[in-house]
Amino acid sequence: MQAEATNTVDPSEIAKFEAMAAEWWDLEGKFKPLHMMNPVRLEYITTQVAAEFDRDLDDPLPFKGLRILDIGCGGGLLCEPMARLGATVVGADAAERNIPVARIHAEQSGLEIDYRHTTAEAMASAGEQFDVVLNMEVVEHVADPQGYLTACQQLLRPGGLHLCSTINRNPKSFAMAIVGAEWVMRWLPKGTHEWSKFITPDELFDLMTKAGMEPVDRKGYVFNFARFTWSISDRDLSVNYVTAATKPA
Amino acid sequence: MDTHSDILIVGGGLNGPALALALGNAGFSVRIVDSLPKDVREDAEFDGRAYALALGSQRLLSGIGVWPTVEPNAQPMLEIKVTDGRAGEGPSPWMMHFDHAEIDEGPMGYLVEDRHLRRAFLSAMEDHPKLEHIAPATVVDQTAEAGRISIALADGSTLSASVLIGSDGRSSGTAQRAGIKRTAWDYGQTALVCAAEHAKPHGGIAHQFFMPGGPLAILPLTGNRSAIVWSEDRAKAHHVAAFDDDGFLDALRPAFGDFLGEITLCGERFTYPLGLSIATSLVADRVALIGDAAHGIHPIAGQGLNAGLRDVAALVDVLIDARKRGEDFGGAQALARYQSWRQFDTTKLAMATDGFNRLFSNDNPLLRAARDIGMGVINASPALRRAFIREAAGLNGDLPSLMAR
Repeated sequence: MQAEATNTVDPSEIAKFEAMAAEWWDLEGKFKPLHMMNPVRLEYITTQVAAEFDRDLDDPLPFKGLRILDIGCGGGLLCEPMARLGATVVGADAAERNIPVARIHAEQSGLEIDYRHTTAEAMASAGEQFDVVLNMEVVEHVADPQGYLTACQQLLRPGGLHLCSTINRNPKSFAMAIVGAEWVMRWLPKGTHEWSKFITPDELFDLMTKAGMEPVDRKGYVFNFARFTWSISDRDLSVNYVTAATKPA
Repeated sequence: MDTHSDILIVGGGLNGPALALALGNAGFSVRIVDSLPKDVREDAEFDGRAYALALGSQRLLSGIGVWPTVEPNAQPMLEIKVTDGRAGEGPSPWMMHFDHAEIDEGPMGYLVEDRHLRRAFLSAMEDHPKLEHIAPATVVDQTAEAGRISIALADGSTLSASVLIGSDGRSSGTAQRAGIKRTAWDYGQTALVCAAEHAKPHGGIAHQFFMPGGPLAILPLTGNRSAIVWSEDRAKAHHVAAFDDDGFLDALRPAFGDFLGEITLCGERFTYPLGLSIATSLVADRVALIGDAAHGIHPIAGQGLNAGLRDVAALVDVLIDARKRGEDFGGAQALARYQSWRQFDTTKLAMATDGFNRLFSNDNPLLRAARDIGMGVINASPALRRAFIREAAGLNGDLPSLMAR
């Protein structure tokens, strides 16, 4: 596997990566928007995984025995919670610099996570299989969404669960995600998102069905400016939203 | 022995053990460090100290499994009568009367002696598989690190956990070591606390008289006994405290009145200087404060322990929710939720009890007229009465799950 090549970290680089790890996990830092959204992302993921695999979240290690892949893992904001819940976790990121950063933080947290510099397509052709594939805020950045989602489907075991979030394409999402988040709040660097690459929930369901998955759920993430927190909505999928799909057994 | 646990609690009073039991029951591994030896906590005879447990607090005790042990020694509080009084003149005709029957939730609360609560907590902690009770032991140092916090004990041993809870009172060492500052002021009042036996039954009625020197609370205990919390100007309180029991009773009678028949003292007498001491933050890196460590308030409405148990219930909800999501439950994000949940409540309560005390503890004729009219208005309005009863029962605001029905 190509991932092995990145397993060793040059000692002189460690200090740099430690600083980057601290930056990734700084609640008030560069990744603040992601940290603010993380609780609702985790709420959705844990609820869906527990329901699909009949697990009780009050158990000490409810996800024990599940193999979970997080695509676009970044600093490990989703991988660490999944590992804490007992899952065997692989975190994949196409950005090489994220891998040692995520490894250092997992070590500080006392967690074992397999971080790899690779892509969904490469892992699919290597024949990797998972119970759950987390595909959060990635699909709006890829060049070929259909090919990408087909690779995600191949990474699932029969009966596996695919959780995918992205941003809707409509005037409101342009106002919120591009004008609001990038230009006004400066939560994200300008040019992070291309509005034309955003996908409507119906389009995403279509792409997933064509990729051989069965869409089972979709919910909105809504930001409440008064409380300054995110919450999950059954009805409002107008900007950020998340979906669940299964691979037929 | 593994020196790491999920939770470390410093302070073995009442809030610390309540939190330890709630978290232990939820499956967290918990160590609680107490500076007092267990037998001191266990062997106490009746000493006159008692708590007015709000209904919400009673529900928490039920939830953590200690209520069955406490209940035989708990006196239900069925009514509260609040009167503006002046020694020698008897109560003014203006008064407020709150009856539990108006809110349909059962008694407004329960009066429980300190010793019965302590024993119930100790025996519940004794054989709990997830709890270790370390006593006596003194914490000398604490250090927050990446992903954990460790404490050093005076005997040289070291313990670590994901989060450290300071439940060590208004002079909390945990808060000091975490660099949390406090806002404090003194009321210039001292509370005289004791228990009395009386000839006539109290009928489960709690009385609060607002005297010029400070409030006098008469709270029903089991049998023909009542707990007395008498707040006075410091000089007068020290003067009265120096009397022998007969002299003390002679000083108390004019204020107490004769509605309970002849009174005699039982147990010891205590004095507590009254002051407010609020931590400017409830959390720091891997540290959270509960109870008096977070907010030592004026005991005017008997809300000290109730506020502490509300911290306990809120923190339990926050930690369990964080763990269910796989979050680092001792991390800054989880603790910030506890802070924002409790900070407002705490400040509101401290301000309210402080304001109440300033309004009532004086003999200014204008203020006296104003507060009498205010009490008359509240008493005449069923909606306001119910709001007060729910507040006294601890059922207002954003209720943690251990306190909701």
